[in-house]
Amino acid sequence: MDKQIATYIQANIDKILEKWKVRMEDDQDDRFFQIMSDQVIDTTVREFGELMISSLTASEETYDEKLKDFSVQIVRYGWSVTFVLRALTNFTEVIYEEMEEAGLLTESNYKSFREILTNWITPLNHSVVDAYSKVWEKTVNLQKIALQELSASLIPVFDKISVMPLVGTIDTERAKLIMENLLQGVVKHRAEVVLLDITGVPVVDTMVAHHIIQAADAVRLVGAKCMLVGIRPEIAQTIVTLGINLTDFTTTSTLQRGMEQALALTNRAIIEVNVK
Amino acid sequence: MNLRSSVDIISEWDIVAARQLGRNEAKDVGFGTVDQARITTAISELARNIYLYAEKGNIEIKQISEGNLKGLLVIASDKGPGIADVRKAMEDGYTTSGGLGAGLPGVKRLMDDFKIETVVDEGTVITATKWMR
Repeated sequence: MDKQIATYIQANIDKILEKWKVRMEDDQDDRFFQIMSDQVIDTTVREFGELMISSLTASEETYDEKLKDFSVQIVRYGWSVTFVLRALTNFTEVIYEEMEEAGLLTESNYKSFREILTNWITPLNHSVVDAYSKVWEKTVNLQKIALQELSASLIPVFDKISVMPLVGTIDTERAKLIMENLLQGVVKHRAEVVLLDITGVPVVDTMVAHHIIQAADAVRLVGAKCMLVGIRPEIAQTIVTLGINLTDFTTTSTLQRGMEQALALTNRAIIEVNVK
Repeated sequence: MNLRSSVDIISEWDIVAARQLGRNEAKDVGFGTVDQARITTAISELARNIYLYAEKGNIEIKQISEGNLKGLLVIASDKGPGIADVRKAMEDGYTTSGGLGAGLPGVKRLMDDFKIETVVDEGTVITATKWMR
């Protein structure tokens, strides 16, 4: 039975592919076939046909290998997973129809035929979904690492003065990172004043404020002073409305003004010099 | 006009999605930057409460109008543990999670109308409205 299906597909691959293509075109808006060149579609589809045949004829290992390569390739083309899965379903349906028309599919062998096709399509579906999710997971992980790298770095600007610019949303994980980097940096750079710049933080809610207050408290424990700078007018208003008490530490609207105050705190100032 | 959209709160990052949606809707209605910040912060608080206490729930945002008045309605609903003592939860500084305890009373001040319906062990629905002036 396996052989029979394989030989049938092999012999009629062109016809099946043609029919499959028509079905896909009906199914999908034409966009897909417009974007992809005919050649790419043709080769991919042919490869797919060969893959299906080899799954019935070749050994399990070679098939697994081929299946993996094929899935990876499809993912690389950037086709949507829905499209690929629908393509697989359509392909099976075409085979059913064709073989039924050719009289190869009868009521007596229908059950075993179906079993073979199911055993054949299911791992294929799994492999495709698996390949896609692996790529997604990888992307998400990479982005997470990239985000962590940008997350919270303490920059020593002057002797005894460091700045931590915060950009983007602060979640629990990042808040922890901010605290760690802040304390480590303060000790490492022997900072006396640390400026936390929140210009790039879109929303300051009670959670973010809470983390900032905690970080400032911890900084005070290691003997430095924490200043909150870059408070935009609308953020100032929401903080007041929320009723968050930030009176314990110095706050300024811009990093520049914060820096001036920090220099004053460490008994220094920026002066203009006349150069001849 | 009755546009509605919603975000399911399941993970911490859904809070960001909810407030992004809120900001876009607020912009769409025509709120200024200060009110946008107020609405976004309120949504952030409500979404975080869902995530912290109920683990999952939903934030729905609706553009509404009453006569010439336009506004934004935020509905935060969950099937969580409910709030045992609403009066206390609305007090400044009261917290059961070690936070600042400014969330709910803060939201009430950030928005114009505020309503809590809660049943212990059944869930909580909070509706808050901001009108454009």
